[in-house]
Amino acid sequence: MNYIFYGLIVFSIIIGAVNGRLQEVVNSILLGAELSVKVAFSLIGIMAFWLGMMKIAEKSGLVEFIAKLIKPVTKKLFNEIPEDSPAIGDIAMSVSANALGLTNAATPIGIKAMEELQKHNKDKSTASNAMCMFLAMNTAGFQLIPATVIAVLIGIGYKNPTEIIAPTLLVTTIAFISAIILAKVFEKFWTPQKENGGDK
Amino acid sequence: MFQAIMNFLSLWALPAIIILILTAGLAKKVPLYEAFTDGAKDGFKVAVNIIPYLVAIIVGISMFRASGAIEMIGNACSGILTALKIPTEVLPIMIVRPLSGSAALGVFSDIAHTLGPDDYATKLSAVMIGSSETTFYVLAVYFGAIGISKIRYALLVGLLADFIGIAAAVLVCHSMF
Repeated sequence: MNYIFYGLIVFSIIIGAVNGRLQEVVNSILLGAELSVKVAFSLIGIMAFWLGMMKIAEKSGLVEFIAKLIKPVTKKLFNEIPEDSPAIGDIAMSVSANALGLTNAATPIGIKAMEELQKHNKDKSTASNAMCMFLAMNTAGFQLIPATVIAVLIGIGYKNPTEIIAPTLLVTTIAFISAIILAKVFEKFWTPQKENGGDK
Repeated sequence: MFQAIMNFLSLWALPAIIILILTAGLAKKVPLYEAFTDGAKDGFKVAVNIIPYLVAIIVGISMFRASGAIEMIGNACSGILTALKIPTEVLPIMIVRPLSGSAALGVFSDIAHTLGPDDYATKLSAVMIGSSETTFYVLAVYFGAIGISKIRYALLVGLLADFIGIAAAVLVCHSMF
């Protein structure tokens, strides 16, 4: 992450200078910083709502029930996490919310899942294998209905916007499965959690 | 018919989940209101916790976008794209998608509006947008919320999966449209 952070910023400045767009690059610092706070603050309300809902789901045993339902799969993917951990249920809820395109719900629930995973983590500043697996599933962006894309297509007068669903589903499934496989493979070969190892 | 079912599903997914959670809570005699407010308390804390991580990533990415680097990569890659029969209009989407969701959607609407509904580029970019996620943002938010700075192979896996997704989108669209 250190190299990426350095590269992103220093490259942008150099390339901006070469392109004669240094002023825009400098301005974008302020805009980006402002946007970050806006994004974070816009999350507060919806985050509170879903964390509240999830607390109810947890106390009623619903999260546990879902976790039990998908146990055969999670046992293989998250073998470091105890089977009865609430993390498993949270992960399941988050992935389903993402699949349904409910991004507003998926983010708070996913963060809650990360907090649960953190409880099982040995080194609190380094990502565990389970976290990397969960985020691999997340960044692959598995989605059943690409609602926003369909909305744009309807907006331009696309005759049959739902014809996009089948190919999207196929592609998203391929990406999702490869992300899981990649995470499993890297888990074996990457340096295990250590002070200096791993982060790049 | 199919479209009606899809609309029904996307409209009812959220309300159905909320009804399910509340009903299960009531059935198990969970003190709904107390449990809700207890959980909701953390909303502010989590949102504030992710600010430093978001600033690092979003500032970096907006500088990158402002520098014109995306156009430069685009020019460098256009030869490869034509060889693979990928319309060059789609290229910005491929580069921007892991960096910024709103920017990618912006590029997509732009393509859709200028090229129209029947263009291959519109369909290909629709599939690409629908089947991927904003990798950098997801990692910043999720790891940021729990204070993890050493992310190991998470970014590498995310970007590789994005790449596989792009390749799959090209192959699938090529055979379908």
